[in-house]
Amino acid sequence: MKLKGHILLLFIAICVASCNTDSVTVDPNSGYVPTPLTLEVPQLFEERILPPVIPEDNPLTEEGVALGKKLFFDPALSLNGSQACADCHRPENAFTDPRQFSVGIDGSVGTRNSMPLQNLAFNFPEKFFWDGRSISLEAQIFEPVVNPIEMNNTWPNVENTLQEIEGYPLMFERAFGSSTVDSINVSKAIAQFLRTLISGNAKIDRFLLGQEELTPSEANGLAVFLDEGRGDCFHCHGLPANPLWTDNAFHNNGLDEIITDRGLGGISGDPREFGLFKSGTLRNIEFTAPYMHDGRFATIEEVINHYSEGLVFSKTIDPLMKKVGEGGVQLSEEDKADLKAFLLTFSDLEFINNPDFQN
Amino acid sequence: MKKIALMLAIGFAFVACDNDDDTTPTPVVNTDVNFTFTQNWDGADIQNSDYETTTYTNANGEVLTLSKLVYLISDVTFTNADGDVFDAGDYNLIDARTGSNASFTPNIEIPEGDYTVTFTYGFDDEDNIDLAYNDLNSSDGSWSVPAPLGGGYHYMRLEGKYINATNDETAFQFHNVRANRHSSLPPGPNTLVELQDTSIEVNLGQVSIVEGTSIEVKMNVAEWLKNPNQWDLNVLFTVLMPNFDAQIMMNENGQNVFSRGAVTVNP
Repeated sequence: MKLKGHILLLFIAICVASCNTDSVTVDPNSGYVPTPLTLEVPQLFEERILPPVIPEDNPLTEEGVALGKKLFFDPALSLNGSQACADCHRPENAFTDPRQFSVGIDGSVGTRNSMPLQNLAFNFPEKFFWDGRSISLEAQIFEPVVNPIEMNNTWPNVENTLQEIEGYPLMFERAFGSSTVDSINVSKAIAQFLRTLISGNAKIDRFLLGQEELTPSEANGLAVFLDEGRGDCFHCHGLPANPLWTDNAFHNNGLDEIITDRGLGGISGDPREFGLFKSGTLRNIEFTAPYMHDGRFATIEEVINHYSEGLVFSKTIDPLMKKVGEGGVQLSEEDKADLKAFLLTFSDLEFINNPDFQN
Repeated sequence: MKKIALMLAIGFAFVACDNDDDTTPTPVVNTDVNFTFTQNWDGADIQNSDYETTTYTNANGEVLTLSKLVYLISDVTFTNADGDVFDAGDYNLIDARTGSNASFTPNIEIPEGDYTVTFTYGFDDEDNIDLAYNDLNSSDGSWSVPAPLGGGYHYMRLEGKYINATNDETAFQFHNVRANRHSSLPPGPNTLVELQDTSIEVNLGQVSIVEGTSIEVKMNVAEWLKNPNQWDLNVLFTVLMPNFDAQIMMNENGQNVFSRGAVTVNP
């Protein structure tokens, strides 16, 4: 009988402890509890890689995602009300910018190509931007709003502006339990929306699930991709075991003899990291031109030619870059064409046209 | 909460009293065991600051620098004098440059005592199951091996640059996987004709395990290029994954790469 008493006490203690770890933080006086939202993780992702990264202090909710989507497409975040996140991260381009460099609200031009936004919830190292300077999705969102050559705003101004726009206070109330707009909740809401941007239904996915065949050209392209002696794309861009098709890591891929943009090294200060930039995902590569951190290549052919015969040596070049002295691995024209055909199997029209991701 | 704490304390006291018997043998103490993985070049410690900066000369005389060293170990096993075997069956992917996972505690507790300690470098065939480990699939791009090469997982990625015979700084990729032989190269979906398990069982000798024991496992990187095969980087510097003979040579050279370092007991 005493044992039963102990078990009861422990049960009560566990219940009390559980009550303190509600996954959704709300103002207890608001009387409103946001609706938890579970990410729809594609089958291949579920079977092969780690679960998505969702911070404990920012769980996904239907109201949070809806607010994030509205903010993402709203030019009110910029100083003069002319530019939204979506202007440089366009849904039809897998949320990147078809221009080499995006143009800020006052006409200022950046120095790097806008990054596509897809499968960010699976960026396990959690380093964002080409140079990895933000260590969470929420932190990343703070930057473009105040960047002088982008939205050029201030967070207090954003908060005041949104507070005065009809509908926002109620949406913040519903998502976070407070009608007072604050920058942290703005970043949380946008991060929630961005985590829903999952691309996992391209031809390559259906092939790996046994639902569709590759053409002979695409199949040879895959062989080139996986061959250390030809493409050796897989050491940085993953392989069928990793449906993200990026390592989310940083490399110097032999673009320049003289490093002018230090990339990761510009943040870390480590000369061994000068000229290192994040590997982009190959997903939806058909829609994400131009390519590289500075958008220097307009076409997929130019990218393949770079690795085939355009590599140049610099001190920090990644050892995975092969035959640099000869400019690269010298792919045959047939292999180049097949590799491109394979890369086009990453196109995910369901993602590009998903109405949930459109304004 | 005070009441709960009191009840728990009383409960523990009763449990303790039950064992308070002079005739009862001393209870067996179970403990986990920590491992730390270090790397050296013929005895000179390799630290993060040495990557891409410190030059080494291999047995064949080539001057080189290291850029990357990531390797997998698995199946740490403890065998006592009675032949009892304790094996957590888990694995650890060590990134030597960043220090990630340089400390590893297998998920098993064993009775204090004397044990012969072994582990597997890489995965043996029993564990080298294609696509089986989501964390490894997600690590370092993917730690897995392309299907045309037999699938499964890398054992090691050792990369760097060396001065070649024409005095050019050239990259090398010393990637160690299960040996795979092909009917023709380049490898394709139908070229694979033979797979050979080239993982290595490493014996760290006998260790007295008590609570807080930590065992250093040293890797002498120079050994990969030294003995019994004096490695000529001018010949074997790239595309080694589908090179069956190169993988066999790595296995032979790997036999003396690992050794036991300091055994310490942390209070």
